[in-house]
Amino acid sequence: MSDIQKLKDTATQIRRDILRMVTGAASGHPGGSLSSTDVVTALMFSVMNHDPKTWNRSGKGADMFFLSCGHESPLLYSALARRGYFDVKELGTFRKLGSRLQGHPATDTGLPGIHIASGSLGQGLSAAVGAALGKRLDKEPNLVYVLVGDGESQEGQIWEAAEFASHHKVDNLIAFTDWNGQQIDGTTEEVIGPDHLDQRWRAFGWNVVVVKDGNDMEQILSAVKLAKELLAADHKPVMVMLTTVMGKGVDFMEGTCKWHGKAPKPEECEKALAQLKETLGDY
Amino acid sequence: MKKYIDTGKKDTRSGFGEGLLELGKQMDNVVALTADLKGSVKMDAFAKEFPQRFFQCGIAEANMVNTAAGLSLSGKVPFIGTFAAFATGRVYDQVRMCVSYSETNVKIAASHAGITLGEDGATHQILEDIGLMRMLPGMVVINPCDFNQTKAATIAAGKYTGPVYLRFGRPSVPNFTPENQEFVIGKAILLNEGKDVSIFATGHLVWEALIAAEELEKEGISAEVINIATIKPLDVKVVMGSVNKTGCAVTAEEHFVAGGMGEMIAGVLAAEKPVPVEYVAINDRFGQSGTPSELMKAYGLDAEHIVAAAKKAIKRK
Repeated sequence: MSDIQKLKDTATQIRRDILRMVTGAASGHPGGSLSSTDVVTALMFSVMNHDPKTWNRSGKGADMFFLSCGHESPLLYSALARRGYFDVKELGTFRKLGSRLQGHPATDTGLPGIHIASGSLGQGLSAAVGAALGKRLDKEPNLVYVLVGDGESQEGQIWEAAEFASHHKVDNLIAFTDWNGQQIDGTTEEVIGPDHLDQRWRAFGWNVVVVKDGNDMEQILSAVKLAKELLAADHKPVMVMLTTVMGKGVDFMEGTCKWHGKAPKPEECEKALAQLKETLGDY
Repeated sequence: MKKYIDTGKKDTRSGFGEGLLELGKQMDNVVALTADLKGSVKMDAFAKEFPQRFFQCGIAEANMVNTAAGLSLSGKVPFIGTFAAFATGRVYDQVRMCVSYSETNVKIAASHAGITLGEDGATHQILEDIGLMRMLPGMVVINPCDFNQTKAATIAAGKYTGPVYLRFGRPSVPNFTPENQEFVIGKAILLNEGKDVSIFATGHLVWEALIAAEELEKEGISAEVINIATIKPLDVKVVMGSVNKTGCAVTAEEHFVAGGMGEMIAGVLAAEKPVPVEYVAINDRFGQSGTPSELMKAYGLDAEHIVAAAKKAIKRK
């Protein structure tokens, strides 16, 4: 099996996990988790230099990942578990009392893989930029990756972080926008358009890579390769704009805001799972 | 009573600046960030000495807080410096999620706290910051009383692991505590022993409390003066020990009554030993423009008001 196929199969299993987790919790955010699944899979299973056995919160000696859009926690938890950070069985505790898998990522539960809490939107990019500066001060060659939502980019703080990273020439950070065009109340254009996110990032002095199909594994990997070259060449941060489909992989969830923050009912979950092959074994 | 000498008025923010520079020399992992207030919060000496470890954030406090949190992950000890109003209320959600909840080792250096910020007026005179910060789990809240103590507290905050809110101010105030003192976080400091009333003061109101004790002594009233330099965690042992002896308390702070150090002490006393408590603080109204000394008087934050409060507390015993 090719490496690409393995990554795709992993993404499919993570999508199953996401659906089962939010259904089990009868709450959570499946839509965005499904649209970002491919990039997070690519990072965790191919791009990033990291080792679950030696992971620690400091991120020293490894690449770091920050999930700024913390409501995509089921995606992050599944990817971490599947990558060996903790037992996949624990995924079944998502959002339940006493679980390390809080509704939004937390650091006080001791769950490995989480550097900082997120969920209140707009904050994770700043934290990632700080971590990147820390690596620069320590003369560490590793990179910092961060995922931001397009709806989340309505938060003013995203643009504070944008100008700060640009001004301080942060050249060890690659950010991704899950550009699915949907948020809780409707499309991003309906809620507070115009979007023009690619142009905005350019205007803030970042290099921007636009990916036509942000759910395509090959395109994601090529974009990361290009982003790394741009970091080395221009010494400024890079934003990879991933044109994605909300709810990707489940026909009745695709392209609508309906499933942003709503869990499927058990029978709906069954319908969804029928569309996604169990590749690595359900938890 | 014990005599304290004002060695010359100095601003507490400069005590912070000296402390930060000293700390920077002692610890190479100390970094500093500001939001366009490098000079006002006295970070310029640090920035000049350690340009690689200083980050200008521009007028963007929210990003500054979380950038500091991110920097702390790799073992840096970030101090973020801005006015208290912008270091608390403006960025409460950032401090809550990425500093307190995430237990990051960020030091919030909050200058120009309270009404004595002066002429800029109520928009900048935050009087609720102690309350906001002490509500956050794990947040240490320090409010030193003078230049020397602010310098020492800055160094102690840097050596302590965990989130710290360090509050200081703009005006020059009497400098009377020892130079190069050691600051112990969580320890209240007994300045004058007394038996009739306990005066718990914080920040530069400590000096006013000492003057008040002198006045009270002239009238035959023996006042105990305790400097609550660390508001959280509160030194409950010292507070209770004093009140068990005196049977009543006065609290004095440059803050609202709501959420302040006084309410915190009253809360402890209500649970442990209900006694009369009188607050010297501002009650449910904003400040205004004026000179620091005019405002202290107009808003009842001086020795005269502490004396009156002490007499009232004693009468209520």
